[in-house]
Amino acid sequence: MISMKDVYKKYPNGVVAANGISVDIGQGEFVYVVGPSGAGKSTFIKMMYSEEKPTSGDVIINGKNITTMKKSQIPQLRRELGVVFQDFKLLPKLNVFENVAFALEVIEEHPKVIKKRVMEVLDLVGLKHKMRMLPSELSGGEQQRISIARSIVNVPSIVIADEPTGNLDPENSWEIMKIFEEINTRGTTVVMATHNREIVNTIRKRVIAIEGGMIARDINGGDYGYEG
Amino acid sequence: MKGRTIRRHFRESFKSLSRNGWMTFASISAVTVTLLLVGVFAILMMNLNHTATSVEEDVEVKVLITIIEDEQQAKAAEEKLIEQVKKIPGVAEARYSSKDEELNLLIEKLGDEFKLYEQSNPLRSAIYVKAADPQDILKISDQIKKLEHVHNVVDGKDTVENLFDFLETARNIGLVLILGLLFTVIFLISNTIRITIIARKDEIEIMKLVGATNSFVRIPFLLEGMWIGILGAIIPMVAVSVAYYNLYNALAPQLKGQLLQMLEVSPLIWQVNGLMIILGIFIGLWGSFMSVRKFLKA
Repeated sequence: MISMKDVYKKYPNGVVAANGISVDIGQGEFVYVVGPSGAGKSTFIKMMYSEEKPTSGDVIINGKNITTMKKSQIPQLRRELGVVFQDFKLLPKLNVFENVAFALEVIEEHPKVIKKRVMEVLDLVGLKHKMRMLPSELSGGEQQRISIARSIVNVPSIVIADEPTGNLDPENSWEIMKIFEEINTRGTTVVMATHNREIVNTIRKRVIAIEGGMIARDINGGDYGYEG
Repeated sequence: MKGRTIRRHFRESFKSLSRNGWMTFASISAVTVTLLLVGVFAILMMNLNHTATSVEEDVEVKVLITIIEDEQQAKAAEEKLIEQVKKIPGVAEARYSSKDEELNLLIEKLGDEFKLYEQSNPLRSAIYVKAADPQDILKISDQIKKLEHVHNVVDGKDTVENLFDFLETARNIGLVLILGLLFTVIFLISNTIRITIIARKDEIEIMKLVGATNSFVRIPFLLEGMWIGILGAIIPMVAVSVAYYNLYNALAPQLKGQLLQMLEVSPLIWQVNGLMIILGIFIGLWGSFMSVRKFLKA
């Protein structure tokens, strides 16, 4: 599913964000990626959806090696993934329905299928009744739910989330986590970078801790392990 | 690419124009103002060029024929000379003017006192020669000088050379100004479009994140640029057409027989309108292409 072998990543400014990472994440797993700021969590996540390429080593997603992948093949890879960000990344001038439908329009899906799928995922995240609203008319928690809906509308095998609760209050964070659990229950692999100690310690899953570009811990059902 | 995707791109490009209201307005305004300048300047230059060409076409040399007392011989010599002149390569027209006609011209120009010469006309018969390409007139003049029975050739060498120099300089200046204006227009409009696209770099980033191919991202922007070019060209096209039509109707009758000549409304207006809309579309497409390319590379 997701496999990294001896992955090394050095940025042009000399920062080494991955220093020999090797890890395997199987189909249907739920994985937290934790660690101090600047430890290399974001690079670890970004390499999964080919936003960053490793300097050396292999990153294999669904059998495709992104290290050797041509630029023209990246869109195809991303269609098999769902990505959720801390800042939601919604298009402000499109309404809720259009924001979610966008991910299916890109893959030239039939309008009837688009409508059906968008309704299903909006139902899943509980925002079907707000589908004509603009993102600016929604709360942060609701915007993040739309972002999650967009990430799963094309039924990806993997959902990658980079600090999805980072901008949310505790109540909304729990709501979001419920949705991720639901997605995971349906067989989708979830990889989530987070700083939220309470969530990691409450909803126990596999925890991969990254420090100095290396995997410091990798424990099933582990805890957050850092102060604050 | 599927038909419905193409329809989607068209639909999206229209929607995007209205979604980005002020930015669209700014881009269209930039196109409008600059194309208006281009249109006015193009009409001005084309008319100046037309005037220059008609001035050039009026350039002729006057061949003065040697006086031969015997009328029979004189007539034969003149006819032979006309034939020889007509045979010179590049000669478009050789018009004979007898010495009596020459005197009448002189009287017309200088007054009735010259009627005195009607008793004994001291003037020479002449041939007025025009060249197919006015630039060749001095070469032709040199060849005529070598012919028999030619007394002199009045070619106004200095005047002709000065005139041609002046017209060439005027045309070159016009060309440089047009190129400069075009460059400014392309720069200004594509920069305005670029700013509107920079404001939407998040949109491009998100499109890429959900797996859009580069062409899927690019096409709606290109179409949008094209609409901006077309919409921006409409006002200048109408304004320039109406203004020139009225100006032509008001001025052309008064300019008849004058040095300055106006080009007919048609086809000039169609040519200038064609230039503006093609330029609008090209600049719109180019501005969008260059701006989107920057983000697709990133």
